[in-house]
Amino acid sequence: MNAPTYNFAYLDEQTKRMIRRAILKAIAIPGYQVPFASREMPMPYGWGTGGVQVTAAILGPQDVLKVIDQGSDDTTNAISIRKFFGKTAGVETTTSTTDATVIQTRHRIPEAPLHAGQVLVYQVPIPEPLRFLEPRETETRRMHALAEYGLMHVKLYEDIARFGHIATAYAYPVKVNARYVMDPSPTPKFDNPKMDNCPALQLFGAGREKRIYAIPPYTTVVSLDFEDHPFTRYRFDAPCALCGAADSYLDEIVTDDKGGRMFVCSDTDFCEQRQAAGHHGALSAAPHKEKAHV
Amino acid sequence: MTTVAELPAGFADKVLSAQSTFRSVMDAMARPGSIQRVTASAGTPAGMMRGSAAIALTLFDHDTPIWLDAAMSATPDVARWLKFHTSAPVIADSSIASFALVGNPANLPALDHFAFGSNEYPDRSTTLILQVDSLAHGPAFELKGPGIEGTALLQAMIRPRDLFARLSINEALFPRGIDVVLVHDDVIVAIPRTTRLVASGV
Amino acid sequence: MYVAVKGGERAIENAHRLLAHERRGDRDVAEVSLAQISEQLSLGVDRVMTEGSLYDRELAALAIKQARGDMIEAIFLVRAFRATLPRFGATEPVNTGEMQVRRRISSTFKDIPGGQILGPTFDYTHRLLDPQLAEGFVPEQPLTAEALQAATPRVTDILGRDGLIEGSPQADADAPVGDLTREPLNFPADRDLRLQNLARGDEGFLLALGYSTQRGYGRNHPFAGEIRFGEVEVEFFAEDAGFAVPLGSIELTECQMVNQFKGSANEAPCFTRGYGLAFGQSERKTMSMALVDRALRARELDEEATSPAQDEEFVMSHSDNVQATGFVEHLKLPHYVDFHSELGLLRKLRQEFAEANEAPEMQEAAE
Repeated sequence: MNAPTYNFAYLDEQTKRMIRRAILKAIAIPGYQVPFASREMPMPYGWGTGGVQVTAAILGPQDVLKVIDQGSDDTTNAISIRKFFGKTAGVETTTSTTDATVIQTRHRIPEAPLHAGQVLVYQVPIPEPLRFLEPRETETRRMHALAEYGLMHVKLYEDIARFGHIATAYAYPVKVNARYVMDPSPTPKFDNPKMDNCPALQLFGAGREKRIYAIPPYTTVVSLDFEDHPFTRYRFDAPCALCGAADSYLDEIVTDDKGGRMFVCSDTDFCEQRQAAGHHGALSAAPHKEKAHV
Repeated sequence: MTTVAELPAGFADKVLSAQSTFRSVMDAMARPGSIQRVTASAGTPAGMMRGSAAIALTLFDHDTPIWLDAAMSATPDVARWLKFHTSAPVIADSSIASFALVGNPANLPALDHFAFGSNEYPDRSTTLILQVDSLAHGPAFELKGPGIEGTALLQAMIRPRDLFARLSINEALFPRGIDVVLVHDDVIVAIPRTTRLVASGV
Repeated sequence: MYVAVKGGERAIENAHRLLAHERRGDRDVAEVSLAQISEQLSLGVDRVMTEGSLYDRELAALAIKQARGDMIEAIFLVRAFRATLPRFGATEPVNTGEMQVRRRISSTFKDIPGGQILGPTFDYTHRLLDPQLAEGFVPEQPLTAEALQAATPRVTDILGRDGLIEGSPQADADAPVGDLTREPLNFPADRDLRLQNLARGDEGFLLALGYSTQRGYGRNHPFAGEIRFGEVEVEFFAEDAGFAVPLGSIELTECQMVNQFKGSANEAPCFTRGYGLAFGQSERKTMSMALVDRALRARELDEEATSPAQDEEFVMSHSDNVQATGFVEHLKLPHYVDFHSELGLLRKLRQEFAEANEAPEMQEAAE
């Protein structure tokens, strides 16, 4: 039988070269979606294959990798991807945002400010911000070529007419370097301002849709809005029940079936660092230790 | 005639050398004007600097047509070395090249001899790799654009002397355009199509 | 007291251990062998090889076993392995006209040179469950005869001799063969890429689309010119040797549909073609593929494309079951960050609605 053998960081060198060339073009044309020949990965499409390919193409033995999903290092898919790179690249992994050199994420940007030298790799399901307005690639490509974004403004304006607000709470479209309208991946719009003028390099990988795009460090990223309806962030109006943070994005935890609920930081590393530094919320508890079941 | 055995070597460790070189190029492209060093060592055919050779071994393959300037093609050494180590086709038509290796940028052809990409596919452009006289001394160039906090100062001896003036077409062409990697010995600096010259000759 | 959820790693390990247990099933029942899967579930193996894009019966059988019989999961396993294999080049085009035919039928002629050969087929079986198969049934040996000496020319070649059907497109020998696993797909796509996409495409999806053309959604009047199944030689041009070297033989099914004619003031009318090709014995797949291939040629044949099967971007973007299942099933992953973002917005909108309408019953919901 053809017994499988795998390269450092799983991908073969030819594939890495192709992805690396796409990443360079993506950095040179901020917000433009570079087509790339996405490979079939050993995890399903839609589960981070684009992010995994980008990470695999940049990762080296000196890197320290952090993987989060929904802001948490301990969600199952984050664990699964972290293990994959631990196994195939043998890199050091961490849960600390500050210590990581490469952070792969799904749906969140960490709360702790990113610094120069870091790379944030986003997993992207649908890279095309215009896709829900126009399903055809041939059409959306033309719209990007002509910077013809009127359709997007019409959609946002219709929201306002109908609901009084722009009814987009996540994957809120942005304009990068005053040229390309870009999908920030399904992060909550709370995170949008973190993309603007960020010291870290931001790379976006969409495996199934075969696109890579980027925001270089210190690049202008503006959330689309209107003068009379400016962009606003949104978070639940409560402090974190564990660390007391009043400025972090919160998960709502339903505690019973009688309307009981509480709010805790979505960014688990941020929350734990704050608790370790002595901050407490109304309901703090010692971090739960994993029990061994044999 | 050189035999394969006499060709300068490629990377000793293909996987990790390509990775570290790529990160230097990626950092250079993400931080235009910043000095990045290529640490991986490889043999270099006559006329090629260490940085250019490492970039070639990292990014070139049979999918990337390469154009060589007169200095690079003065002897068949560079073309033969590229073919052996990267399988990249060396082509005469610069307008369809993925990369152009320029050993003597003083004779750099007009930029419109290279591919700018299209408005639909601006990524289908030629990346220029220019070997320059110094990336530490010489006239100062003040740069701004994505990847640069405020402005960046680059001191370099670059021929052609009007390189930045020529690159100003990137502003009108955008998103089409030309990305440039400057190489001196093992040091590289990238000037992507978004970088603008604020002032020069300080 | 609330504590954040931890222990995902152990949960994953335990889940996989349980999966392995369930895969094995009752341990008092004999374990199924790869040879049994390959020999006795051979059409399943053929499908996994076709849509997995890898001709390896043993690996496909392993994938089916590992996937507990879930065909799309098995295809996915084969694809993920295929992606790690080095690619040396493309073989010479296989010559299906020289196929060692095991089954070959044409619906367009009563008899054809080389004959109609039914071969192993479900056709004309009465679909009555056979209780004999429930336990150790040994079927009769099949009848055998000398291998056919007569040539079995393709029906489309016979029609082509009289110019009654459009020519088979001649590939430019110097042009590289498109490969959508190595290059990103752009639209409009050429026919080589379309056929590759369809060959890898989900059988059920193509079946439904092919069926839709028969019901009038892009009708193209198909006749099954010929369906043939058998072995063909595969050759690879070795640059060192300077000639094509045989690599071995593979089993293929080919379907050539003869479709509604075209013609114009300066071109004599002739039938058009739709083409299907798959590994192993895969008749439903190749017939569906041929119908959809023909439908997708609408642009090239100056037909108005009004139906889903004629819409290249729609068909090619949705035919791949590994992509489709990944994205559909990714909805299982946690999405609570986006969900809560929507929840917050919805609460706000409801509150504003309640305030605007001053409806007392809305107060509770709006908090």
